[in-house]
Amino acid sequence: MMVATTENNPATEGMAARGRSPWADARRRFLRNKAAMFGLIILLFVAAFAIFGGLFSQWSNEELDYNVMGQVEQLGGPSFANGHYFGTDDLGRDLFARTVQGTQISLAVGVVGAIIAMVVGTLYGATAGYVGGRVDGIMMRTVDILMAVPYMFVLILMLVMYGRSITILFVGVGLISWMDMSRIVRGQTLSLKGREYVEAARATGVSAPIIILRHIVPNLLGVIAVYATLLVPLMILTESFISFLGLGVQEPMTSLGALISEGAGTIAYGTTWQLGFPLLFFCLTLFGFFFVGDGLRDALDPKDR
Amino acid sequence: MFSYILKRLAIAVPTLLLLIVISFLLMHSAPGGPFTAERELPPQVLANLNAKYGLDQPLWRQITSYVWGIVAHFDFGPSFVYKDRTVNQIIAQGFPITLTYGLLSFALAVIVGVSLGVAAAIRHNTLLDYIAVGLSIGAQVLPNFVMAPILVLIFTLWLGWLPGGGWQGPEYWILPVIALSTSFMASIARITRSSMLEVLTSNHIRTARAKGLPERRVILRHALKPAMLPVISYLGPAFVAMITGSVVVDIYFSTGGIGKAFVDSALNRDYAVMMGVTILMGALTILFNLVVDILYGWIDPKIRY
Amino acid sequence: MNMKTLLATSAIALSLSFQAQAASVPDGVTLAAEQSYTFWLLDAIKSMDPQINTDVEGSDVLRNLFEGLYNEDSDGALVPGVAIDHTVSDDGLTYTFNLRDTAKWSNGEAVTANDFVYAWRRLADPATASEYAWYMELMQVENASAVVAGDMPTDALGVTAINDHTLEVKITTPLPYFPQMMVHASTFPVPQTVIEANGDNWTQPGTLVGNGAYTLTEHTLGERVVMEANDTYWDASNTVMKTLTALTINDQNQALTRYLAGELDRVDIPAGQYPRLAEEYPDQATSTPYNCSYIYMLNVGEKGPEALKDVRVRQAMAFAIDRDIIVDRILQGGQKGAYNWTHWAVADFERPHSEWADDMDQAQRIEKAKELMAEAGYSTDNPLELRLQYNTSDDHKKIAIAASQMLKAIGVNIVLDNYEWKIHTDRMQSQDFDMARYAWCGDYNEASTYLDLMTSYSGHNNGQWFNDQYDQIMADSKTAADPQPLYQQAETLLTDEMPIIPIYHYANVDMIAADIKGLPQNNVNNTWYGKDIYRVAE
Repeated sequence: MMVATTENNPATEGMAARGRSPWADARRRFLRNKAAMFGLIILLFVAAFAIFGGLFSQWSNEELDYNVMGQVEQLGGPSFANGHYFGTDDLGRDLFARTVQGTQISLAVGVVGAIIAMVVGTLYGATAGYVGGRVDGIMMRTVDILMAVPYMFVLILMLVMYGRSITILFVGVGLISWMDMSRIVRGQTLSLKGREYVEAARATGVSAPIIILRHIVPNLLGVIAVYATLLVPLMILTESFISFLGLGVQEPMTSLGALISEGAGTIAYGTTWQLGFPLLFFCLTLFGFFFVGDGLRDALDPKDR
Repeated sequence: MFSYILKRLAIAVPTLLLLIVISFLLMHSAPGGPFTAERELPPQVLANLNAKYGLDQPLWRQITSYVWGIVAHFDFGPSFVYKDRTVNQIIAQGFPITLTYGLLSFALAVIVGVSLGVAAAIRHNTLLDYIAVGLSIGAQVLPNFVMAPILVLIFTLWLGWLPGGGWQGPEYWILPVIALSTSFMASIARITRSSMLEVLTSNHIRTARAKGLPERRVILRHALKPAMLPVISYLGPAFVAMITGSVVVDIYFSTGGIGKAFVDSALNRDYAVMMGVTILMGALTILFNLVVDILYGWIDPKIRY
Repeated sequence: MNMKTLLATSAIALSLSFQAQAASVPDGVTLAAEQSYTFWLLDAIKSMDPQINTDVEGSDVLRNLFEGLYNEDSDGALVPGVAIDHTVSDDGLTYTFNLRDTAKWSNGEAVTANDFVYAWRRLADPATASEYAWYMELMQVENASAVVAGDMPTDALGVTAINDHTLEVKITTPLPYFPQMMVHASTFPVPQTVIEANGDNWTQPGTLVGNGAYTLTEHTLGERVVMEANDTYWDASNTVMKTLTALTINDQNQALTRYLAGELDRVDIPAGQYPRLAEEYPDQATSTPYNCSYIYMLNVGEKGPEALKDVRVRQAMAFAIDRDIIVDRILQGGQKGAYNWTHWAVADFERPHSEWADDMDQAQRIEKAKELMAEAGYSTDNPLELRLQYNTSDDHKKIAIAASQMLKAIGVNIVLDNYEWKIHTDRMQSQDFDMARYAWCGDYNEASTYLDLMTSYSGHNNGQWFNDQYDQIMADSKTAADPQPLYQQAETLLTDEMPIIPIYHYANVDMIAADIKGLPQNNVNNTWYGKDIYRVAE
């Protein structure tokens, strides 16, 4: 697992001009950050590949190419002549089409998982922080307790028990990571709670849920965005591990993790393209999210201002 | 401090109980039991098996007698699948193995990662820095299930230097430790580098330098300790991820550790082994997080318990 | 198969082929100085207790640690083990085995008929709760069913020790292949005193006492098993191989890499790799028939889909699958496409002539399949939706994917369902499937081990194809002088009704180190004994 870090030297920045909104400031800092912009371009490329790649494919992700099947090592390599730009897998299925489709699944698992973690974590953390007192104590102790559960084990159990399904994968991957999010959000909420506008809202009788949703959460968006961006690659890595165990999505669907683990297993047989192309897109996706996440944090981190 | 540790340990008890209940319910609600065999067992045999392993009792009795067995006799019961072994025996065999390569990987990741990170920070924007950053970014996104077969291919098949698996002596430890530690090493290097860069520009380092202290002394005595804070908070999640990684190591390197024992127990419905390993991992996670917190407090005197 | 001739001359004292036991090293061969053999296990050994073990891999280890009444030679023929020979009564119901008086346990005590009686009762005893207790019923031992069900005490089982070296077994129906069944690990003797002293833990290294050619010296679960030659074994002087090591490697590709690096002497070849390896290592890559058949079982029972109750749909699906592609392009290891249920290499069995297998090529079969589907009311425009369930394995996955594409062409849209073994089995047993991957490995080398499975009372017939005519044929075969014509009738009935879709017949596709000799080359059950193996000097 990873914790992304500040890439650029904060001392060289932070001379923010007066009079601009903090969001505009942040955007300017982000646009100036070369690594972050590079990451963003990578992500746009990967996303375009996932969405439009299918248009260029001459094969579907499940057709067997009987001309290649059985002689994949000799004939299954990348080739424009037979339309397998990335070569084929062991069964003669087009790896380009499969990589496109695998990227879709991996991105979906990453993004949906991160959104679930974000929504649950934010609401939980904001509620605990805003209500405070004993409720806060109990809620946060519960998080402490849940943190000690080896979640990968529970996720494996769930997938083994109820059979593999993409829903369990989404939910399971998301539910692994909401606790960290809730802690961060709670901390931020505590500091926002004392602000005048929150006090004012409370004084005029606005109910707690509305205050949380209207006044607390919007002010936490920066922190949430940073954290969620950094969560996506962790989700994708988790999914790849699950696929390695053979508990990922059902055939003929695939994910980058499943393609990589198939390719890595047969690495000794000379079919290197089966590992290379999926791994390339896997790494690009992770790099992209890390760089963008780091950039967002640097741009939004109040410490630098 | 002492009361803090006591309080934390007190939380451990409900945590473990919760863990037991969750896993127990998950396991028992799953289709297929430990005695699901290719040929359906005669009712009498099945009844005997269930009686022998206490599965004929109501669920609450099973849980309570299970917990009582652990508390009173430290007895995790017999394995349902490895019928000539008890869970205690299986853990006693596998855990020292997992612990050995786990601790070695941890030590290697911290020592190399911190050294590399510090070196890169001191030689900021030099070739060394770029190489360190490039390497660590690459290593961070390479899943260990890709590393493992590549390592075996190179060091076992091509070079013939190291055994490709097994657990018979120190030369068998090398490949598993490399495969497991690389991505953590990379993360630690990145975290150390950026936090070191931040510390080096802080006021108290400027003061130390202004006093004319030798650079070596400035870095080792004044900069390193505060720069370690983010690294230490990363150790908690790293530890959990390493437990996950042990599954891959056990599968690829046939080390005989408990990571594989856990996956097998889930697949085989070996309730007893699965519970035993989950509880062990939960307890370890709690213990480790406690150690990390104490370490954190020791380095950062601002934190009060 | 020599057991057939045995039956023809029953009631006379029978002598088995008395070839030299143990490794028969030809003259002029120089043996290597270090006699060790390392083989591969996919998974950890679940139990080393002969009456508890259920796995093929466990049996491979058990055959070296224990010895039953008979062993098999490299052609699969019976050779003496603890028993020297046996006699059969005129009615074929009483077997009397004469045990050798030189057989010893590894703790020095003599192996007696009582040890077999104890082991067999233990297998049937409901208190042992053995998953293989039904093997006693399969052997037709008197009162086996009642004992297994707990309705009779274990001493009612039809096995008695006449004296220390004479074992008598009473069975309820004549079984031509009864002596063949003595090779199975669950019939091996076990030491009563050791088991009673140590309980379930008696199989640990140091406590395990066996009567085989090897003793257990190390067992690290999921890592390795080490066995050393046992000098109390009755034929120890002829045992050449000194050390047997089994390495557990969970990944098949990884196992092959480690074989190529010289860490193993034998390993399975993963699907698709045989042609390359055979070219590169012609002295090491081998493929021999293996007594297992791979099928898709169709659920024709009450809970099964309506469409599969139509025999035309079942036949069309069987016709549409191109077996040549599966064996020649996917598995590529010398397996044979299957057009019937019983493995082609099973002793004395010959597949009956059938139209779709012998008179049609694949293009004609697909044409016919489309016609049949059209008659049943389906086409590619109006496809039938079915779920194909398979348990986790690379090979099963590949075959299922290929099959789903082949079936698509005739208007059957397949949804693939991959489950772990336990769930797969559980769903099959509760008829919660449309079409499921299934394989059967013969317990002995005779067609009934396959054909019995499709009877309505077999306990394995999860597709619930219940057919009175079939049951009658199989019942008749038990007492027939020559059961083979009945077996052919049974196969023809299966082809007509197609409750299962045969896919392929297995082969053992292995890499075997060039200097390892004495492994069986012609034994369809791949029954091997460490004592027969030797390593030659290079």
